[in-house]
Amino acid sequence: MLKIEKSGRQKTEDRRQKRSGDKFPRRRERIWRWLSTFCLLSPAFCLLLSGCRQDMHDQPKYTPFRPSEFFADGRSERPLVDGTVPRRDLRADPARSDGDSSGGRAFQPDETSAAQTDLAKATTLPFPLTKEVLDRGQERFNISCAPCHSRGGDGDGMVAQRGFRHPPSYHIDRLREAPLGHFYDVMTNGFGAMPSYADQVAPRDRWAIAAYIRALQLSRNATLADVPPAERSKLEEKKQ
Amino acid sequence: MPQIFHRSTNTIARVSIFGGLFFLAFLVWALYELQASSYNTRAFVARAQPVQFSHKHHAGDDGIDCRYCHTTVETSAFAGIPPVKTCMNCHSQLFADNAYLAIVRDSFKNDKAIHWTRVHDLPDFAYFNHSIHVNKGVGCSTCHGRVDEMPLTWQVASLQMEWCLECHRAPEKYVRPRDQVFNMDWQPPPDQVEQGKKLVEQYRIQSANVITSCSTCHR
Ligand code: HEC
Ligand code: HEC
Ligand code: HEC
Ligand code: HEC
Ligand code: HEC
Ligand code: HEC
Repeated sequence: MLKIEKSGRQKTEDRRQKRSGDKFPRRRERIWRWLSTFCLLSPAFCLLLSGCRQDMHDQPKYTPFRPSEFFADGRSERPLVDGTVPRRDLRADPARSDGDSSGGRAFQPDETSAAQTDLAKATTLPFPLTKEVLDRGQERFNISCAPCHSRGGDGDGMVAQRGFRHPPSYHIDRLREAPLGHFYDVMTNGFGAMPSYADQVAPRDRWAIAAYIRALQLSRNATLADVPPAERSKLEEKKQ
Repeated sequence: MPQIFHRSTNTIARVSIFGGLFFLAFLVWALYELQASSYNTRAFVARAQPVQFSHKHHAGDDGIDCRYCHTTVETSAFAGIPPVKTCMNCHSQLFADNAYLAIVRDSFKNDKAIHWTRVHDLPDFAYFNHSIHVNKGVGCSTCHGRVDEMPLTWQVASLQMEWCLECHRAPEKYVRPRDQVFNMDWQPPPDQVEQGKKLVEQYRIQSANVITSCSTCHR
């Protein structure tokens, strides 16, 4: 067998050489054989590769929440050291200067709210009230507070219906008379069964929510005299 | 010398050459389909999680807004996975002794991280940013599907480059008004492309040339 094959191949090679004048038949053949193997194997190889995650997919860097082997608690995000001060000077923005969820304050707010040494007793916002502030307050209220307090503020939100302690309605006299800062304080420090929302709601948004709660309260006790004259006529038309 | 091969082998040889070509083409096609299939991209496969957290119950049945938990989705690249403190806002009272939540309570008490299994995971060489999409009117459900109907979370998109580009080439087919971004029920109107074009202009979405250039996502 071996002999026949050998001589057979010899023959064809001779013939090929004659026809094309090829000087390197053996090398050529080797290239062809290599190419055909490559063609056959490469799809299989690709298949194998696609099953792996290569290094560039998972680079040795920290992305949010990627675990770390370096720190003892296994977290790459490091907690802030107590008393850390953000680099931007927040004193220029009293709405944000009370970023401290523990209630203690590192900064003295500047003159706009100088009188409000105790934020829980503040009766005004530390920034001007505009339509945008109220809209923002409404949006944030519906996200963070409505699950328990319900959108209207009656205290029968979905989570309360599922068995969480029922919060009081915002429309009781005590809360209607509470200063604006009380709402800010409840969000910042929590109140009884209600947890603190300082981590989830930024200080400026907390003020906006407080303003919106005020608006909700007013909406239940508004008289025609509270409506701006332009809108008043529309309402009166409807009444008739 | 007698003829070794029958005449018909000529035809067979020719056919097998063409057949080989077709077979190769088929192989290429099959490989392409395979790499784009959900078998490879793991789309529609619900991932097991350490805690049986259900978006269907929380976001769907109880109507909790995505931003209650994913607080940074509007302001940063990372959407944010809620800390255990967020779960305890409600579960300090609800299901307070339930075995399902043992890991959550343990984590809260002993300051131990819960290791959620990632569902969506782009390779590190691709850059993605939530805030720009959310602020330019691309809704959660466009990319993540009906999360509010998922008992365990899965991905509905391949997350391959082709998928990103499909939208970056023609965002008007997908954008919606900004106030609908978090609405899981939103359906494109029949004249989506016209509406979309208006929104693209209104939100000043950059041209396809800019957002399909390589350095947008590979930076
Ligand atoms: C997890 C459910 C829940 C959420 C969410 C929630 N609250 Fe409450 N809230 C309560 C409960 C329960 C009480 C009653 C607490 C008590 O009396 O022990 C309460 C009480 C209050 C009170 C009344 C305090 C008083 O003087 O009686 C205010 C004001 C308030 N919440 C504001 C907010 C605001 C603003 C938000 C959104 C940032 C919010 N809550 C989100 C459950 C919640
Ligand atoms: C009560 C808190 C909560 C709410 C509300 C919530 N999520 Fe989640 N979400 C989580 C937690 C916890 C995880 C991680 C576990 C998992 O993947 O299921 C998660 C994971 C996800 C993931 C997958 C992340 C990954 O690993 O790739 C997506 C996508 C997602 N949420 C989208 C949404 C959308 C859209 C909404 C609004 C409809 C929403 N979530 C509302 C808590 C919440
Ligand atoms: C705003 C309140 C709220 C928050 C925050 C919240 N849950 Fe829940 N959770 C609920 C309610 C309400 C139910 C009951 C759901 C139902 O039966 O419809 C529930 C049920 C559950 C259950 C029981 C199984 C089920 O799906 O019914 C698990 C497990 C659970 N939650 C895990 C979590 C985890 C983990 C987190 C934090 C990422 C979390 N929850 C945050 C309100 C909340
Ligand atoms: C343009 C498509 C797109 C939109 C719109 C989108 N996401 Fe994502 N989301 C992604 C991609 C892609 C990832 C994977 C990111 C990665 O691996 O780095 C992701 C990951 C996540 C994660 C896991 C944490 C993270 O950031 O990696 C959460 C949670 C999430 N999305 C929630 C949301 C919510 C809530 C919304 C709606 C406000 C939303 N997404 C809108 C594409 C989108
Ligand atoms: C459904 C549509 C849609 C999908 C899917 C989508 N994008 Fe986008 N993307 C947009 C829109 C719209 C913009 C806003 C363009 C602008 O005006 O800057 C954008 C912007 C971006 C930007 C910021 C561009 C810049 O220069 O500021 C990045 C980065 C980006 N997308 C990455 C991705 C990646 C990565 C994916 C796939 C995982 C993806 N996007 C999927 C619609 C989409
Ligand atoms: C809209 C965002 C976006 C743009 C624009 C973009 N890419 Fe990508 N690219 C991706 C994402 C996402 C992946 C990861 C896909 C995956 O995981 O399969 C990727 C993967 C790749 C890969 C690796 C493929 C693999 O399977 O590992 C290459 C190479 C690549 N991109 C080249 C380019 C080039 C060249 C351009 C410019 C012509 C470009 N990309 C533009 C988002 C983008």
